[in-house]
Amino acid sequence: MASVSVRNLDLSFGDVKVLQNLNLDIEKGEFLVLLGSSGCGKSTLLNCIAGLLDITDGQIFISEHNVTWEQPKDRGIGMVFQSYALYPQMTVEGNLAFGLKNARVPKDEIKKRIARAAQLLHIEPLLKRKPAQLSGGQRQRVAIGRALVRDVDVFLFDEPLSNLDAKLRAELRVEIKRLHQQLENTTMIYVTHDQIEAMTLADRIAIMRAGAIQQLADPATIYNKPYNKYVAGFIGSPSINFFDGTLEAASDPVFEAGETKIDLSRYAFSGNGPKPGPVTFGIRPEHIFMDKAAVDEPFRADVEVDVVEPMGADTLVWSKLNGHELRFRVDGQTPLRKGDRVKVGFDPARASIFDAETEMRL
Amino acid sequence: MAEAGLIDHTDAAAGIRSRALEGPRGARPRRVLSRRNIILYGTLFVVAVYYLLPLYVMIVTSLKGMPEIRLGNVFSPPVEITFEPWVKAWATACTGLNCDGLSRGFWNSVRITIPSVVLSIAIASVNGYALANWRFKGANLFFTILIVGAFIPYQVMLYPIVIILREMGIYGTLTGLVLVHSIFGMPILTLLFRNYFTSVPEELFKAARVDGAGFWGIYFKIMLPMSLPIFVVAMILQVTGIWNDFLFGVVYTKPDIYPMTVQLNNIVNSVQGVKEYNVNMAATLLTGLVPLVVYFVSGKLFVRGIAAGAVKG
Repeated sequence: MASVSVRNLDLSFGDVKVLQNLNLDIEKGEFLVLLGSSGCGKSTLLNCIAGLLDITDGQIFISEHNVTWEQPKDRGIGMVFQSYALYPQMTVEGNLAFGLKNARVPKDEIKKRIARAAQLLHIEPLLKRKPAQLSGGQRQRVAIGRALVRDVDVFLFDEPLSNLDAKLRAELRVEIKRLHQQLENTTMIYVTHDQIEAMTLADRIAIMRAGAIQQLADPATIYNKPYNKYVAGFIGSPSINFFDGTLEAASDPVFEAGETKIDLSRYAFSGNGPKPGPVTFGIRPEHIFMDKAAVDEPFRADVEVDVVEPMGADTLVWSKLNGHELRFRVDGQTPLRKGDRVKVGFDPARASIFDAETEMRL
Repeated sequence: MAEAGLIDHTDAAAGIRSRALEGPRGARPRRVLSRRNIILYGTLFVVAVYYLLPLYVMIVTSLKGMPEIRLGNVFSPPVEITFEPWVKAWATACTGLNCDGLSRGFWNSVRITIPSVVLSIAIASVNGYALANWRFKGANLFFTILIVGAFIPYQVMLYPIVIILREMGIYGTLTGLVLVHSIFGMPILTLLFRNYFTSVPEELFKAARVDGAGFWGIYFKIMLPMSLPIFVVAMILQVTGIWNDFLFGVVYTKPDIYPMTVQLNNIVNSVQGVKEYNVNMAATLLTGLVPLVVYFVSGKLFVRGIAAGAVKG
């Protein structure tokens, strides 16, 4: 049973079409992340689901009800915003109670729900304080609490961690995940531009670009089998290496770019199998191995180290493979200097190959 | 000696302390009597005297008797302080047919100012809120018309409004004048409120909508408590503007309900008898007292309001 269902959604501001014929079904209890760079329409989509934006065409269903024309308060949703959006003149308790008072929930019921939310989020000692007296992390916890007390089936998060510093972000990320595990049957839709948040939190990720969903799949599939070149380039940090070249499929499929020839007999082609022609070959930096580890890999080459970027746990190495930029990741303890010649290797089975024209995965 | 590392550390610190050489060191010294300071404070002093001198002359003159004024020493302090002119200006000075001083005008002005201020701020704040947060169809057109309204000279509208008020049957009444003041305050106040409410984070408004608050719920429970500073600003603007108004007061009312400013003019400009400078000065000071008090009282409130509102979303 779909908890949230978006059907043929169109949204335009005047002549600008922001969302076009968008379809999305989210299961009950699922954690869905809308991921994309700024301006891709992910927050807009969330606002449409919340009812804060009037849509141009299409339908939205929440818990099997058609809520296309409903007010936000009647849709059975709770929402958390990037800037917390706490009411500054009310105490934390007042903030939590505001929505319930508007809905004329009985007083003792309000008390009960606030107590439960406060306990879940560890904000009991803060109830009497004003938002100005809270730290960023505490404010966002209160904001989550405000959604929690509404006792709804669907939570909407609009980049809730983007205003926090890196450490707090990591902490709260785990807390949100834990919260989702505690609240069974609660659907969460989470908008972010941070791929780490997306990968760690999501049951499924929807990658958006220019108002359309590029790929909707679980994190592993998104990472290992990106549907098109955009998704492959967007997910992964440091980002994937791309080589432009041609695909020869006379006997065994082979990728050719200048002097580089990569045997693709181990690569799992999708659909109709290898199609000869111009293609883009992509391999992630973390799937390339060096020195001894490279010996057993099906594809091997000698490269010269160009730039070394140590990051503690691992080191990113920039080099050139027959004129193509090649980045790869090695253990942080490896001694490497500019000008060193090293042997690298990878398994083409872990690569992704895209049609140069349609940019679709082959 | 066991903690050699610690000893090393203090040695290093001592070394750093003795590394400073001769010459400039630490905070730069500031001279009180530098050329810059003399010019700055000198200018400020001259300007302050320039602005305060007329006020001084007025206060001094209003406390003198007529014989002393005739001596002609404008700047000299009063030899014999008398409050007679103040009492006369307030209670017995003649304007036209009435001889009950400015007191009548004062109460008229109060009865004009309070309803006008309350009405105009109430309407303009709702206008501004609707324009900023509820983007209704034609909002931009409405706003443009309103702003253009702020630039139309009052003189153009004087006569048409006389006719409108006459047709409505409220020409020459307090109600009519209150209405005129409220309408003319609308463009600038709406602009003020709209700009303020636009600066309130949009997400706050969205959160309130998700929480089930409607148009009035959000206005009264979220927006109003957050906007004390802008209400104080609007109040200062309106109170001083309406209290100091002369044109509308003289055009749209009758002698019985003339506001204070019009009465002041009638006292000062009366051509019969001796010119009582002390009474004129006292009357002028009395009239200016209200805006002055408003500035002093609400100026403080204003600063406090801004400080209290400094809640970053």
